[in-house]
Amino acid sequence: MTNSDQNELNCQQVVELVTDYLEQALLPEKQAQFEQHIEKCPGCDTFLEQVQQTIMMLRKLSEQQTFPETKQELLEIFQNWKQDESKSDFPMI
Amino acid sequence: MEEGTFQRIQPWERVADQQQNAGSLSQSSVASAEDLRLVEALRSGNESAFVSLVNMYHSLMLRLAMIFVPSETIAEEVVQDTWMGVLHGLDRFEGRSALKTWIFRILTNRAKTRAQREGRSVPFSSLPEFTTELQEPAIEPERFHGPDHQWPGHWVSFPRSWEEIPEERILSQETMTRIQEAIDTLPVGQREVITLRDIEGCTSEEACDLLGVSEANQRVLLHRARCKVRRALERYFEDE
Repeated sequence: MTNSDQNELNCQQVVELVTDYLEQALLPEKQAQFEQHIEKCPGCDTFLEQVQQTIMMLRKLSEQQTFPETKQELLEIFQNWKQDESKSDFPMI
Repeated sequence: MEEGTFQRIQPWERVADQQQNAGSLSQSSVASAEDLRLVEALRSGNESAFVSLVNMYHSLMLRLAMIFVPSETIAEEVVQDTWMGVLHGLDRFEGRSALKTWIFRILTNRAKTRAQREGRSVPFSSLPEFTTELQEPAIEPERFHGPDHQWPGHWVSFPRSWEEIPEERILSQETMTRIQEAIDTLPVGQREVITLRDIEGCTSEEACDLLGVSEANQRVLLHRARCKVRRALERYFEDE
């Protein structure tokens, strides 16, 4: 085991790189170190998976909220605007 | 409040300045053909174009406004006011930025103005908070062995997998509520980035463009935010 090897990342370093990894923002060498670590470390593998699950759940949050009560008011805003616009489009005599 | 002139923070401030003439900005993400088609339809008074725009952006706008103003009612007013601004400003939209970016600039501008009127300081300009946000570790250091241990920086105990948790629970209303609560406690920069990126699915380019932060800082804020939400979920799932 080469824990002291400078090229190896420890768990604390790996968890800090998860978003950079998912965003494909790691340099190739760092990415390889990250992947090597994840392959042999169940804790970091679980952590990475949980961050991905968290992202999936966050995405669900946007599907949850609809605001039907405001839609009607928005349509009124649109209709009022349209009326104003057509008035101002009317040729001046 | 007069803010510092530290270069790294200034982009946050710059967003507010840009909003003054948002329509004439030169942006890296320009309007798509779909954007231009929508704007043209709106200009000709096409109501369904307006409805589809509302369906696309209204909930995100409300969520973004909530970051600045103290209540949902005020956020709704800000968003309605923004839609009015969008309609009346259509003639100034030149397609040099994405429509979404243009709308969100109008929104954040109005939300900040309203927040100031409500006596809320606009949080982005707070340099110490922003610096702290960038420096703090994403995961509590006590989860890892210290430097004197045989395995420094390795997990004290592994996080427990969520694989066994039934999907109904993962996607339950209560889980969603916990996530929302966790987001509500985040510092504002993290809250805004996670809202744009993970909830509403904006690209990192869109988020950086809108918030005036670098890609690297955006990723740091996003990572902090994701880790805190993950931690809140971990606590919640372990509670039972």
